[in-house]
Amino acid sequence: MRPLFIILSLLWLAGCSIEPWVKPYERAHLADPIMSFSRDPVADSYINHVHEAREGARGAGVASGGGCGCN
Amino acid sequence: MVPKHRPWRLLARAGRLLLPALLLGWSLGLRSAILPADRADALYHAYDGGGVQVNGPSILVRKSIGTSVSASYNYYVDNVSSASVDVLSYASPYTEQRTEQSVNVDYLHGKSTMNLSYTNSDESDYVSDTYSFTLSQDLFGDLTTVALGYSVSDNTVGRNNRKTGTTQIVGTARVQGWRLNVSQILSKNSLLGFTFDTISDEGYLNNPYRSVRYLDSGSGTGFSYQTEVYPNTRTSNAGALRLRYYLPWRAAVSAGYRLFSDTWGIRARTWELGYTQTWRDRWTFEARYRLYDQTKADFYSDLFPYRDAQNFLARDKELSTYTSRNLGLGVTYHFLKNGWGFIDDGTANLFYDMINFDYQDFRNIPAGGLAGQEPLYSFDAGVIRAFLSIWY
Repeated sequence: MRPLFIILSLLWLAGCSIEPWVKPYERAHLADPIMSFSRDPVADSYINHVHEAREGARGAGVASGGGCGCN
Repeated sequence: MVPKHRPWRLLARAGRLLLPALLLGWSLGLRSAILPADRADALYHAYDGGGVQVNGPSILVRKSIGTSVSASYNYYVDNVSSASVDVLSYASPYTEQRTEQSVNVDYLHGKSTMNLSYTNSDESDYVSDTYSFTLSQDLFGDLTTVALGYSVSDNTVGRNNRKTGTTQIVGTARVQGWRLNVSQILSKNSLLGFTFDTISDEGYLNNPYRSVRYLDSGSGTGFSYQTEVYPNTRTSNAGALRLRYYLPWRAAVSAGYRLFSDTWGIRARTWELGYTQTWRDRWTFEARYRLYDQTKADFYSDLFPYRDAQNFLARDKELSTYTSRNLGLGVTYHFLKNGWGFIDDGTANLFYDMINFDYQDFRNIPAGGLAGQEPLYSFDAGVIRAFLSIWY
């Protein structure tokens, strides 16, 4: 456990000096709204609620809601 | 085959190890992440399937305060009218309303964002208060974003007596959730997202309206009902990988896979595929397909052999073995592409989802037949999301 923690911490600190392989000026496509995992939070939250209210599984969805509304 | 628990334990351990590293990174307070854009959304939603209709509005307003704080407020309503197969089997159709309000604050500090949120959900027989905290950090030249979150929800569960118009409190439940989310830039055209959620429940977890049935030769139908009995605890783990890839003609494809398991014996898998296509600058078309399947809970049965057959009893179709298929189509039109007054952009959106539920060990009692030999249940549902969005 401890060696793994040390390795992760070193990786973390090393990360501060990593040269990004995709430069900021090369990210125009990634910044396009169609590349967002959740472009419209209200609509995504609703469809996530539709699934969670009717499925045994829960969590790790694109967005999350609350309450029950599932009788 | 759905995997056993071991991978979850390894991932949970990795999450615990990342926490001190994330806090260290946050304390260094490096350069900038970004806050969510100022926007407002007005959505109308409608669900119709299996004898259940749910519709209502959802309004979201988000505004930045200064350069490092952004706050949002969401008001959401479910108007429910239910004559589901469960209701038709042993209860009466009903209507009710659920109202949900949430407040969300994001605070930006260098390359880190802190998020605090509070959500209240209120219906006549179920009240829920949820508090959550998320800390996210951009790393490795902003190629990676790591977020850790915690949420706690206190719920009060009641049972309505529709004849007398009164509600009896039947129990309380606390739900805690831990989330690890990693977003990774893979190349100039591809993004990878990984989410892992552990959720733990404690308290009254039954649905107070649901019953199980058992064989009863003294009954005219061949079976009788008794109240469901759920365990008082549940812990679940869900991990999802999602990939998005940008195509040269300004389109995107996406794929996702989620694995789920819990201490009730449910194992579930979800596959997602999506395609987004822009057209003439103002239009965006979307199609998505989602396939979901799950195994039943250990204590689920459509028909128990006798009354009190075991210590835990459930006949919720949500806990049965089934497959669900979802095809979704959507269109977005930018009606204010060039702005208007203080508004920078505006879209009109329409999404329609068709969902099919196909149960493998849940029978359709109202369809009739000998006890335990009724046809298996299945139904189709339609979901509408129509909304306007503006950015300012």
